[in-house]
Amino acid sequence: MTTTSSGQPLIVMDRVNKHFGSLHVLRDVDLTVDRGEVVVVIGPSGSGKSTLCRSINRLEPIDSGEIRFDGQPLPAEGRALARLRSEVGMVFQSFNLFAHRTVLENVMLGPVKVRKEKPAAVRERALALLERVGIANQADKYPAQLSGGQQQRAAIARALAMQPKAMLFDEPTSALDPEMVGEVLDVMTSLAADGMTMIVVTHEMGFARHAANRVVFMADGQLVEQAPPAEFFTNPRSDRAKDFLSKILTH
Amino acid sequence: MNVLVDRFDVFAGGFWLTLQICILAGIGALLIGTIMAVLRISPVAPLRAVGTAYVTVFRNVPLTVVLFFSAFGLPALGSNARFLDVPGLNVVFSRLGTDLPYFRFAVLGLCLYTGAFVCEALRSGVNAVAPGQAEAARAIGLTFTQSLRYVILPQAWKSAVVPLGSVIIAMIKNSALAGFFGVVGDLSQTADSLVSADGLPLIPVFIGISIGYLIMTVPLGILLDRVERRVATR
Repeated sequence: MTTTSSGQPLIVMDRVNKHFGSLHVLRDVDLTVDRGEVVVVIGPSGSGKSTLCRSINRLEPIDSGEIRFDGQPLPAEGRALARLRSEVGMVFQSFNLFAHRTVLENVMLGPVKVRKEKPAAVRERALALLERVGIANQADKYPAQLSGGQQQRAAIARALAMQPKAMLFDEPTSALDPEMVGEVLDVMTSLAADGMTMIVVTHEMGFARHAANRVVFMADGQLVEQAPPAEFFTNPRSDRAKDFLSKILTH
Repeated sequence: MNVLVDRFDVFAGGFWLTLQICILAGIGALLIGTIMAVLRISPVAPLRAVGTAYVTVFRNVPLTVVLFFSAFGLPALGSNARFLDVPGLNVVFSRLGTDLPYFRFAVLGLCLYTGAFVCEALRSGVNAVAPGQAEAARAIGLTFTQSLRYVILPQAWKSAVVPLGSVIIAMIKNSALAGFFGVVGDLSQTADSLVSADGLPLIPVFIGISIGYLIMTVPLGILLDRVERRVATR
């Protein structure tokens, strides 16, 4: 499916640089993601994919360059930054559900405490979201009682409860047992089909092929190549991308 | 051993006063310790420095010295620690309101000292919470204080409860020093006066006093074991 993007930029990264000590993890990264667009970021490990994803809601501060979200530069800290983060959903590799709260409480916490919405209304929405990701019957369990796939779907529901303008997925299926990858990707695919703006760091080439509008290939902190998935997978231009694809697609 | 029976009222009075000191100092230490722990993990460098300085001072100075400054330094500075004479609180803890300030000085010294250890126990609990929890809290838009309150601290308690219990038990035993800094009638000063003023035999008196401390510390230890088991299964 190729839901066409709107042509209105939502996330803009402009000559972004980031170092971890002497390691240059993001090198002059320029990336624009339009409203409704689904961008899948792939590349070898250590290429800076996760850092790129995490810099967009400033879980990783950048050293130079600029990131704009919905027309505004990212606030440095404080309440303005918290507000921005509430508009950008994030899904982590290790789920990071709040361990001391039930699934339903996990989903409700943000809207109730950040947006000060009425708990009764939030509860309805939260249950509907849990229904949507297929775990409504797990609402009153604690995260540790759920399988990995269920936890990750709960985490997606938690992010969606904030009604975000965009969703960031940082290797959402990498910590899952193989048989649970599908159920999480299904949820993500349906989100993409509904027009959510998404940046997805993943190794799931199948998801990239069928759900992405654009594939971005990263290596050594640089955006090496970007193209629609059909074009990227059949006809990669750069040697790095050809090399990477030959390693992952041959078996 | 009939000293224990004959002078039961004296022992009971000493027990009650020591218990009062411990309750007040315990509450104060938990408050101070929580505030200092929040300062020490705050994102603002000067606040972190304040917390670190506090812990460095009060964890490294002997309690005797802290009590010494509290009992003799404060009056020299013109303070009688009257701010501890809180209306309402002084109804239950009547010694807070008396003219003789040594009860207040003892409570103050003990909670300042113990606060440093409470801070470190809490901080070790916070460090035991997986870093992903704080990241997820920030990612949904919670502010620093909100993520502490709703996500980090409720989980930090679980790993802090055991070291925290040890800190409070140590504080109860440390309170015995208060009798040597002007407090009249707590367990340790009672022992001193029964032996040296009333000439009662030393061993039975000290057995009586020890029982008094054990009545406070042993149930607390058992309670903490229970709490630990309960939070561990959740």
